[in-house]
Amino acid sequence: MVTGPMVTGPMADPAQVALSEPRHTRFNYTPYLLLLPGMAWLVVFFVVPTLSLASQSLQTGNVETGYSLTWHFQTYGDALSHFWPHFVRSIGFAGSATVLTLIFAYPLAYFIAQKVGRWKNFLLVLVIAPFFTSFLIRTLAWQTILTDNGPVAGLARSTHLTDLLQWVHLTNNDSLMNSRFAVICGLTYNFLPFMILPLYASLERLDHSLIEAAGDLYATPIKTFWKVTWPLSLPGVVGGTLLTFIPAAGDFINSRLLGNTQTVMIGQVIDSEFLRVQDYSTAAALSFVLMSIIVVIVAVYVRRAGTEELV
Amino acid sequence: MTEKTSGDLRLTNVTKTYDTFTAVDQLDLVIPRGSFFALLGPSGCGKTTTLRMVAGLDQPTIGQIWIGDKDITDTKAYQRNVNTVFQNYALFPHLSIIDNVAFGLRRRKVSDHKAKAMEALELVQLAHIAKKKPGQLSGGMQQRVALARAIVNRPDVLLLDEPLGALDLKLRRQMQIELKIIQSEVGLTFVHVTHDQEEAMTMADTIAVMNGGRLEQVGDPATLYENPKSTFVANFLGQSNLLEATVKSRAGSIAELDVHGVSLRLPVDRLVNDASSVWLGVRPEKLRLVAAGSTDDGTDAGNRLTGVVADASFTGLATNYLVRLPWGQELMVVQQNDGTPRVAAGALVTLGWAPEHGFALDAKQDAHAGAQDQADDSGAA
Amino acid sequence: MRWIRAHLVAMAGLAVLGYLLIPNIVVIVFSFNKPNGNYNYQWTRFSLDAWTNPCGTPGICDSLGLSLRIGFIATLVSTILGTMVAFAIGRHRFRGRSGTNLLIFLPMATPEVVMGSSLLTLFIAMGIAPGTVTILIAHILFCLSFVVVTVKARIASLDPRLEQAAADLFANPVQAFVRVTLPLVAPGIAAGALLAFSLSFDDYIITNFNASPSSVTFPMYVWGAAQRGTPVQINVIGTVMFLAALLLVATGQLISNRRAKAAA
Repeated sequence: MVTGPMVTGPMADPAQVALSEPRHTRFNYTPYLLLLPGMAWLVVFFVVPTLSLASQSLQTGNVETGYSLTWHFQTYGDALSHFWPHFVRSIGFAGSATVLTLIFAYPLAYFIAQKVGRWKNFLLVLVIAPFFTSFLIRTLAWQTILTDNGPVAGLARSTHLTDLLQWVHLTNNDSLMNSRFAVICGLTYNFLPFMILPLYASLERLDHSLIEAAGDLYATPIKTFWKVTWPLSLPGVVGGTLLTFIPAAGDFINSRLLGNTQTVMIGQVIDSEFLRVQDYSTAAALSFVLMSIIVVIVAVYVRRAGTEELV
Repeated sequence: MTEKTSGDLRLTNVTKTYDTFTAVDQLDLVIPRGSFFALLGPSGCGKTTTLRMVAGLDQPTIGQIWIGDKDITDTKAYQRNVNTVFQNYALFPHLSIIDNVAFGLRRRKVSDHKAKAMEALELVQLAHIAKKKPGQLSGGMQQRVALARAIVNRPDVLLLDEPLGALDLKLRRQMQIELKIIQSEVGLTFVHVTHDQEEAMTMADTIAVMNGGRLEQVGDPATLYENPKSTFVANFLGQSNLLEATVKSRAGSIAELDVHGVSLRLPVDRLVNDASSVWLGVRPEKLRLVAAGSTDDGTDAGNRLTGVVADASFTGLATNYLVRLPWGQELMVVQQNDGTPRVAAGALVTLGWAPEHGFALDAKQDAHAGAQDQADDSGAA
Repeated sequence: MRWIRAHLVAMAGLAVLGYLLIPNIVVIVFSFNKPNGNYNYQWTRFSLDAWTNPCGTPGICDSLGLSLRIGFIATLVSTILGTMVAFAIGRHRFRGRSGTNLLIFLPMATPEVVMGSSLLTLFIAMGIAPGTVTILIAHILFCLSFVVVTVKARIASLDPRLEQAAADLFANPVQAFVRVTLPLVAPGIAAGALLAFSLSFDDYIITNFNASPSSVTFPMYVWGAAQRGTPVQINVIGTVMFLAALLLVATGQLISNRRAKAAA
């Protein structure tokens, strides 16, 4: 038996109305329970300390006598007037390193994403391979590479590269070590994988037929790159830039191991103010300023791209 | 453990609404036990939503679902004795084929699950690849594994969500026949959701045509085809020619209709109601086309119209004609390639058909509803 | 000339790869060095001394042990917490989504000096003395976000219809999770755990802020050594780390290749 009347209009039987109530969906607790431990950890050990840091920057006192919250904004003024060169220098180094990593990373990322077939995974492993050794040890290796009596320095001297570097103030004398040049080398090296991987992810998704289509429409290889490839890889570029610039700005290991007294970055200053000078207020103020600069950059990014792509 | 219920699948007043959009509207349907039932309709008509509600993957906003005399509306998907063959197969990529097929049996703690799973694989002729992984199989093979995985549990109702959509034409035709054979062998109730009317007509005992969340018509393929109750069904299943007609008289068993001055006849029992204004419908293959003035002028005592051939396309199996009538309307004619001489475009022709091959539809309905060449029919999302 | 133009990208790419790997190679090569002085900058002569005596310099193996212990615990906790958060974000809808995304992202964007120093101020304010526990807390903190990102990416690539199919085949939510979801997300969780371990093991700056003289981790040891003199043992351990990691990756590849072949 088959029934299938053409149903139009409301039900005929009022007795059925009581049985046919809309269903209510139960409130789902699961996501909140899952989020609780992890987010609680972040709130307690990240958000609170950041606020604590902000508060510390407005306190006066010292280690012996203790600190009290006096809303002493003057600390910021003093700190900035003392250390603004270091801020500028850090941003300069981080910026140069970021640009250099972009220039270096792009060909490699493009090569792996578009030009290699079965060797993709192998090459990607090689890209991450440096991480397999402690990053301090690797940076120390740069001391060995750039050392005065080593082959690299010898080559640089004989090709007059050292003179060129001196001329643009990237080095102070005949050596490559303990100079701005060495610091930027180290920074670029350390953050290269952070630029390669997001770029690779973006370029991998690039449809090769788009490049062929551009060629079909009379675009030269260079034009194709600027008009098709580059714009489509921008998410990767932006992601990589954020992941490189931000940690580079706060780094001090490279400048400590490979630089000199004139390459002191803001990270070093904060470190020494906290741990050696023990002027917690100044250190906190500097930290906060650094943090704010970065938050501004991230905010600009989030404004344009939303938060879903962040994580 | 779920007890095995048996009996017809019944949907009573099932409605599904999302905020402002109603996907399924007051659906009342009975699907007899052991039948091969098709839910047919264009995309967005609510057929997949209905299927998911029967499976338990979605809850109806209003209404109940019964199997036999057991109300399963509030049971969860994993408690129901209903299994689904998914559109994209949804085979577990990390399990072997045999483990995939045995999955349901193991959840139910069936003792000889391995043997039963192998039996099911033999049914779909895939016993030899039991140890492989889904990623290594072709689309057609995956589809058969998905079928075996559902069938092995001998559910009360087996749901198929457009399972043949991703297969190429030849394979699809083959699978349609195989599915029919398997269904009659195993005797389960199959509910097959598709937008392909040819597929539904080939496979199903009974078809329910849905449009915009509502039922248009339910019946066996022949009845739906020869006796459509709405313009949607008339246009969605095959093609129809619809003529504006006025009922002049209903004396006796044959009614007389006036179509642009031409007198045409239709059996009285094919009229829908007492209205004087109707669509007179006739299928293209029922029309016999002869050159005007030829000695064989088509049917005897039947209906006749004259017109000019606007287009003639030879497809091998048949010739498709478009004939323009004096008032501008073009009728579709399909003339089987049985040796009847073909007519060229521009020729004056007579169309004839037997009155009992016509049907009448409510004149208030949209003559283009359900036509397959419409980009977006009925406005459903 | 033509050949160069056609392969320009390839050559540039490989040159960059070389730039990436040279320091690693230098580390390995110089682990076989026997320097004259305290510092390991110049190649003097080949020697296996450091290899035969890896724990020779005092404190190095203790620091290694501490780093491994902290790494293990931090990985465990951050992986569990991070995976839970990833599932919440990846599989559910809830209010406060943007805020949650932002809060997870910020630790990754914060410079290590800021994070380390702010934690220090917290611990001082709460009166907790710096030491192993504070290091552990800090490590779990910065590993958490990275685990979330890694696992979430894996969850996103998972077809939700597989879980529906599991329910259709009589699996209740727990069974569906254990039998279908978890095995398919497992590689992502493993990757997240690996990432957490390497971040924890390698961390210097944040650790330094939250440590005490008695809790010296391996990076801290290396830093200190860099001031006084770099023993060759450091290179030995660096090389061992490198080879161990390569071995891990190779084994993983081999296992997945074997599995694919066995099923064929």
